[in-house]
Amino acid sequence: MEEKKYMNPYLAGVLLGLLLIATIYITGRGLGASGAVKSLVVASVESIAPDHSNNQSFYKEYSGEHSGSPLMNWLVFEVVGVFIGAFLSGLISNRLNLKLEHGPRIKSSIRVAGALFGGLFFGFGAQLGRGCTSGSALSGMAVLSTGGLITMMAIFGGAYLFAYFFRKFWI
Amino acid sequence: MGPLVPDIIGNDLNFIVALVIGVLFGIILEQAGFSTSKKLVGLFYGYDFTVLRVFFTAGIVAMIGVISLEHFGLLDINLTYINPTFLWSAIVGGLIMGLGFVVGGFCPGTSICAAAIGKIDAMIFVAGSFIGVLIFAEGYPIWESLYKADNWGNVRIFDSLGMQQTVFAFILTAISLVAFWGVSIIENKVNGIKKAPIRFTPYYIAIGAIGFILSLSAFFLTERKDSLLGLVEDKEYVNSFDIKSMSVDEFAYRLMKDDSRLQIIDFRESKEFEKQSLPKSISFTFDNLFEKEPSKVLNIRHKINVFVADDELTEKKYAIIASKLGFDNIKILSGGLIKFRNDILNFNKNSIASNKREEDTFRFRKKASSIIPVLIQENKSSGPVKKTQKRVVGGC
Repeated sequence: MEEKKYMNPYLAGVLLGLLLIATIYITGRGLGASGAVKSLVVASVESIAPDHSNNQSFYKEYSGEHSGSPLMNWLVFEVVGVFIGAFLSGLISNRLNLKLEHGPRIKSSIRVAGALFGGLFFGFGAQLGRGCTSGSALSGMAVLSTGGLITMMAIFGGAYLFAYFFRKFWI
Repeated sequence: MGPLVPDIIGNDLNFIVALVIGVLFGIILEQAGFSTSKKLVGLFYGYDFTVLRVFFTAGIVAMIGVISLEHFGLLDINLTYINPTFLWSAIVGGLIMGLGFVVGGFCPGTSICAAAIGKIDAMIFVAGSFIGVLIFAEGYPIWESLYKADNWGNVRIFDSLGMQQTVFAFILTAISLVAFWGVSIIENKVNGIKKAPIRFTPYYIAIGAIGFILSLSAFFLTERKDSLLGLVEDKEYVNSFDIKSMSVDEFAYRLMKDDSRLQIIDFRESKEFEKQSLPKSISFTFDNLFEKEPSKVLNIRHKINVFVADDELTEKKYAIIASKLGFDNIKILSGGLIKFRNDILNFNKNSIASNKREEDTFRFRKKASSIIPVLIQENKSSGPVKKTQKRVVGGC
């Protein structure tokens, strides 16, 4: 069966905007993603090396700000939902298949390295930026947070700045 | 009044809410095409601007929605998470994320989406982001000073730029509409499409019209506080507005018999309130009327809220604002506290009544003038409404 076409981007944008309004109205906070990875990191380190996590200031600050298990976190539940929702959507639109996608001019191994390092940079940057594209840029724009908008401009500005050097990856 | 968490929706139910919101978030992202890196990085090479269209449409809809909710008193913005601003870490972090975007082809949210439908590169990206966070955590002392430098707090962009919220919202909407048009031209050029970037089909005309109306609506949603304050500046309007009032004698009588229904809302300066206040009175400010917890006090059933201030005009102004905000069981003290002090507290015991009715009133006032000062002395008023709810902790 053929893959279904994607939704009109403006329609998708309006739906996403309405979802974000509902999220802020109900919970008082915006959407996010990288925070769930952070919770997973903290939970992993706490269970593998509890002594280490008791001494490192990052984990101490984290447990100072959050109560209970790091996995009992709003964003962890939300991201599990994202995974389920995307899977259902892929199922309905015939887009479920296991594959490694890469640009026409590079080998799979380069794509694997790019994805690994890209994720690494994004994960690291999202800590400094106090959120990623969803948590800082999009949700920050909704509440007109100065920091959120600065992060948004830096993400897109940075991507355009570096895009030239990595053009072989994609086109 | 929102946010509904934690008092209307409990913290446990909030996890279920998170799951449901996540499912919807995932469906929208996947349906928009955010589950393939080729589409995501398209905007950086000019061949596909889907991300820009979805992102800015969503941002603007949400922004106008939040402004509207605040305007109609449905959302207490003081309890809502406003991403804090740490200037340098926001810029450096954003640039590193931008690098990650063009190298990896995803952002964290979209990588989860793509991994869910079987993209192996996305699964590797997720693993990479785990390592990235781990590196940040382990090396935290090295970048901690950058992370915490230049803390501006929960500032909002229109305050930073010194303009009105609505003006900023309008400008941002206008820029986005122009950008949507501009990127369509670029996209067609890059992809060698000859068709006009904007076709005047009913569909695009409708979308354009909605966008235009949305951007204009920003101007109608003026700051609610400002417009209400402006309204009560008009003396004629205030005088012609009908607000129920309570006479000083009735007020004194209810005070003396310790009427549990009486709730005094004191709008004087907090300094004066601390110096002397009436039994069971609550210190209140203009801003309290707009806040989730303090304003609840005015909605307690079977209470008679009496707004007091030194003069009746001030009382009436606040009462009008309160009635515009939908609080309906509100009275003002006739003549204000000035009259109350003159006629009751400092009642001239030598006053001579000219008729029978006045004689009764004076007898009452004489009694009241000896009892109420004692009540004030013994008074433990509750002061301002305590705000127990704090700003929601959000962010990643």
